[in-house]
Amino acid sequence: MSNGHTRAEHFPGPLHHPPLTSGEARKHHVPHEHHPKLQHHFDSMDQQLEASTLGMWVFLVTEIMFFGGLFMAYLLYRWANPTAFQEASAHLSKGWGAINTVVLIVSSLTMAMAVRSAQTSAKPKTQVMWLVLTMVFGAAFLGVKYVEYGQKFHDNLVPGPHFVWTGQYPAGAEIFYSLYFCMTGLHAIHMIIGLGIMTVIAIMAWRGSFDARYYTPVEVGGLYWHFVDIVWIFLFPLLYLIGAHYGAGH
Amino acid sequence: MSGHIASTNLYYAVFTALLVGTGLTYAAALVDFGFFNNVVMLAIAFTKMMLVMLFFMGVRWNSRLTWVVAGSGFFFLLIMFAITMSDYMTRGWVPGTLK
Repeated sequence: MSNGHTRAEHFPGPLHHPPLTSGEARKHHVPHEHHPKLQHHFDSMDQQLEASTLGMWVFLVTEIMFFGGLFMAYLLYRWANPTAFQEASAHLSKGWGAINTVVLIVSSLTMAMAVRSAQTSAKPKTQVMWLVLTMVFGAAFLGVKYVEYGQKFHDNLVPGPHFVWTGQYPAGAEIFYSLYFCMTGLHAIHMIIGLGIMTVIAIMAWRGSFDARYYTPVEVGGLYWHFVDIVWIFLFPLLYLIGAHYGAGH
Repeated sequence: MSGHIASTNLYYAVFTALLVGTGLTYAAALVDFGFFNNVVMLAIAFTKMMLVMLFFMGVRWNSRLTWVVAGSGFFFLLIMFAITMSDYMTRGWVPGTLK
């Protein structure tokens, strides 16, 4: 992570100079000017960005294990109830699932473009446009989930005392729908948090906080957004597409 | 370094590939391959994930350290899957051990 320079080169310090008292004096003695967003414990903007990116990846690894527990439960119960899971999955709307997959992929593209617009010092308006587009598609995704959840409530497919299953495997189907609501629910919570993060970043972008030298919040927020997209890339086939050959209604 | 700026054409190409992958996984699900439906859908999902990670998330241009950290998440995920399933799938192999 070191760029090869020693601390002393950047911060001559009291060994070479009398203690620095004011910001102006400090600026005068430091060999080259620093970006105002550069924290004192980093040598350079590049190093700071790399540290932030790495830190975000460490968080995303914990998120992989967070969702991983639910994928583990899915794997185990699907192994134990393969036919019941197919029967239960056949009742989900493949069309809504596919539309939401496309919506999230579009939002990932606009997110990547938002990061790029900050990297290339695009106008604040352009940066905000990409971020708002990302949020619009994120909200559209949640809108579709709202419709889907509504249908499940209407059809008595919410696990619990009112769960009704007319197929052959009511017990296995209830496990499937428990996992469906847990996995898509946790995913939807991540989407809502993502919308909050994007709101903050869009306000920062509107105020002109980001340019080619400093865009860490957009970059790190983007990593989160893409991660949530990746989770859905797996949820879509595993939940919606495994029942196509069961024969029952769609 | 994280500061790589990718071309917009690359982003559009990745986007198109992701849409094609979504169409493929949908179409493949309508064909009955039996157990191999799972293999096909997971292979497509894994490919789509790699596209998002490498290009949209920029891991392609990140430091080796980021590669190791990101990879470690999937490594531990596989350990969890493998060890848990090796327990459940082998219960009862030894007489008298199945609850």
